[in-house]
Amino acid sequence: MKKQHSERIVLHFPHRLVDQPIVYKLIKDFDLQFNILKAYVTPREEGLMVLELTGDKENYDKGIAYLKKCGVKIQPLSKDIIRNEVKCTDCGVCVPICPTGALAVDYLTRKVHFYKNKCIACELCIKACPTRAMEINF
Amino acid sequence: MAKTIKEINEKIKKGQVVVVTAEEIIDIVEKKGISKTAAEVDVVTTGTFGPMCSSGAYFNIGHAKPRIKIGGGTCTLNDVPAYTGFAAVDIYLGATALPESDPLNKVYPGEFKYGGGHVIQDLVSGKDIALKATAYGTDCYPRKSLETLINIKDLNEAVLFNLRNCYQNYNVAVNLSDRMIYTYMGVLKPNLGNANFCSAGQLSPLLKDPNYKTIGIGTKIFLGGAVGYVAWWGTQHDPSVKRKANGVPQAPAGTLAVIGDLKQMKPEWLMGTSMLGYGVTLTVGIGVPIPILNEEICKASALRDEDIYTQIVDYSEAYPNCKSGSLGEVNYKQLNSGSIKVKNKDVPTGALSSYSKAREISQELKSWIKKGKFQLTEKVVSLPSSESGYSFKPLKERPIG
Repeated sequence: MKKQHSERIVLHFPHRLVDQPIVYKLIKDFDLQFNILKAYVTPREEGLMVLELTGDKENYDKGIAYLKKCGVKIQPLSKDIIRNEVKCTDCGVCVPICPTGALAVDYLTRKVHFYKNKCIACELCIKACPTRAMEINF
Repeated sequence: MAKTIKEINEKIKKGQVVVVTAEEIIDIVEKKGISKTAAEVDVVTTGTFGPMCSSGAYFNIGHAKPRIKIGGGTCTLNDVPAYTGFAAVDIYLGATALPESDPLNKVYPGEFKYGGGHVIQDLVSGKDIALKATAYGTDCYPRKSLETLINIKDLNEAVLFNLRNCYQNYNVAVNLSDRMIYTYMGVLKPNLGNANFCSAGQLSPLLKDPNYKTIGIGTKIFLGGAVGYVAWWGTQHDPSVKRKANGVPQAPAGTLAVIGDLKQMKPEWLMGTSMLGYGVTLTVGIGVPIPILNEEICKASALRDEDIYTQIVDYSEAYPNCKSGSLGEVNYKQLNSGSIKVKNKDVPTGALSSYSKAREISQELKSWIKKGKFQLTEKVVSLPSSESGYSFKPLKERPIG
């Protein structure tokens, strides 16, 4: 079996595309698997979908090209939740709140690490942070 | 051989003082033993950096032309109300104060984005603050309203005065209910989803001088990045709680009231803090030096996380209803391992007090003392001790009339 390519991406749909079956085409025409981590579609606003997209690398690239052609803006997920390093006190109260272990204490330095690759942008940490150091950047 | 604070201060002046942090002393005692360490080490520096709600600051803003008597009137700083029950232009701002426009918990859980703690941090950062005041007017203070920007550098006095800080030990908070709860101990997930604690453990000032042998009224400390003092024992000081054989209280015990010049402090050590669904507070950096005057003080200063125990408390039912009872006892080594056992379940732990910042404070205070910038003070009066009979009582409610 060919090696599967997998990425977590954020799709921004302009208003005119919100009612189009774009994600369906990704499965049908490009044989890609997806896991929806989060989705918002609100009237008069753009649609937003956070996906983990998996498939053959060639198909993956074709699928991404298709999305771009349709006018969907794509960005890697890891860019979306950021930590304001000045505000973070490394207390660690976010650590048990994070469902994926993206926030973890280094037991030697006692500092809290933010592993962006594990972050699914669930946003639970944002309001739970006492100094509001976790910021969302959609 | 016993030392005196005077002798230690002589060594500080001469640049010969031996200072180590409350973490470093642990290894030294392990290697060299108590008596050798007590002879060699002069000072142990502690630190803590956690949310402390009974914090606040008072200001004298100077007299306006014509004069206004804010005393007995109203005053807000960036829309956050300050207390005005003093003379004409003295005001006190509490860390938990909130603007009238804050939705509070009407939209549950409230976010509490900006309050007294944030105003204090903004002031210390050198930002201009909008002051609005109203007064009833008198013959000698005719003015009835005032709206102006103020800046910390122009204030006559800006003094941090915290009624209760530096808790000697604290509860571990858990949630036994089946819904998410929002507390001053953070967000607690249902059915023992997490366990939050709030102490620097082996770095925390009063845990390293558990019987208040050196820390007392008049002790000079690191406060918010500057020099401060212990002004009194803190509110809810409770030396009477149960203690282990090593003297360490097994539940929240002693507290300190602290004071210092806000103008000298730094915003990274006084941070406005928002507890979801609970309110606003101030995270305060405090470091206390412990002079190693004898072997007993040395031994206590070398206590480790595994020697310090605290109680697990349910914040869904027991805490709000003032029901006593612990779900178990754990030590700080267990809490810092990332998970504890509660009712046979592995529960992940989260800290509200930053251990790495506490470590930084202990190192900063150590460097001040080593460089001769910080001399120690002798306490003027001791804090009420475990033998004093002093304790923390609940309210006795009585009907009026």
